[in-house]
Amino acid sequence: MTITDEERDELRRHGILLTSLEELYNWGQSHSVWPLNFGLACCAIEMMAASMARFDIARFGSEVFRPSPRQADLLIVSGTVTKKMAPQVVRLWNQMPEPKYCIAMGACAISGGPFKQGYNVLKGIDRYIPVDVYIPGCPPRPEALLNGLIALQGKIGEQKLTGPDAPRHLRADTVCDYPVPEFGEHDLEPPKNPGVWQPPAPVRANKA
Amino acid sequence: MESPEQIRERILAGFPGAEVTVAANPSPSDQRSLVVGAANGREIARFLRDDEVLKLDYCSNVTGVDWPEKEIIEAVRVELPDPSGGPPKIVEKKVKRVQPGCLEAVYHLYSMARGIGPVILRMRTANRGDRVTLPSLTPIWRSCEFQEREVFDLFGIVFEGHPDLRRILMWDELKDHPMRKDYVAPDDFEWEPTPHDAVLARAARHFQDPTPAEAPRSGAKEGAP
Repeated sequence: MTITDEERDELRRHGILLTSLEELYNWGQSHSVWPLNFGLACCAIEMMAASMARFDIARFGSEVFRPSPRQADLLIVSGTVTKKMAPQVVRLWNQMPEPKYCIAMGACAISGGPFKQGYNVLKGIDRYIPVDVYIPGCPPRPEALLNGLIALQGKIGEQKLTGPDAPRHLRADTVCDYPVPEFGEHDLEPPKNPGVWQPPAPVRANKA
Repeated sequence: MESPEQIRERILAGFPGAEVTVAANPSPSDQRSLVVGAANGREIARFLRDDEVLKLDYCSNVTGVDWPEKEIIEAVRVELPDPSGGPPKIVEKKVKRVQPGCLEAVYHLYSMARGIGPVILRMRTANRGDRVTLPSLTPIWRSCEFQEREVFDLFGIVFEGHPDLRRILMWDELKDHPMRKDYVAPDDFEWEPTPHDAVLARAARHFQDPTPAEAPRSGAKEGAP
């Protein structure tokens, strides 16, 4: 017997609980997203505030900040990623077990932010690791982080367990190891991971 | 506190023949500084620290300055003799002069014991290429250690006598010195979310134009104000 989502919601309103394995799986996963206890700059202060009583990230099941990447599900890149720090961030990401998710918190983690034109700041962590949710702000308020977490939960809730749209850890054809950049003579080598990030087409302002 | 000129006189009394000049500062603060030759740099620094009047026992800050080679055009008055025997004509001639570049280390010194300061001490390298060595003042003021490493990292001044001269901010494999004026940053501006002229032009270089007709237009855009 197959029922649609609408029929299932209708039955729930009448006190009859029916679910699917997919829904149960995603529900369990999205309500226990454990972040890595890892901060980079001032965004980390907002992340700490979000975990305290006033904003209370525990309402969303994410209060368990793990001190080890082996136990974490979520990497919150909270702050400026310098080029000297970038290999360590990618290494931490590689050490996290699948399923894992990444939130780029703040302008610096998204694009380099106010330091974009400096010589020492990575122009966005998405050049090396896949980012699920971007939270703009400088720094974003704790509410914005919680909103990003809710967005991530929504994304996890829509995961398919099979097929080509399944997440990385449920597919056999994806590699979950991301190359760690090395310190080069002028820049990080390679400067980006083309499998993860390709620059969008340039804006041509006077093409009219 | 003594003026830089008075300090200079006393240094010269102790180190006859030392190169010490007072650098003017045209800004409203008029904070003049002592430019010291690298040969006697460390002895003069030790004198300033141990001197009973000044007792500059605290080095609060070390920084670097890059002075690139500069072409200076000066107007010089030249007397041209009149071939007909009249009075010589005075003509202004423009003369080009190349002022050689150098790297400079700047030390800001204070005295905790006397409550005075700052006295600004500067030392200059011979050039910006192969002769970039200065005596380290870490043996005089221990607080210079990390800051001289920073100057070494970002400007490339080699401090002779430094106990542990390594890069401190950038990675060891880097060959460049990012705070030098001629530093060329890696071209990783593939994309700008808020493009503006110069950066947009750098980003556009990463893309091939789909049609040749577009190429001159994007070239003209680079030059547009």
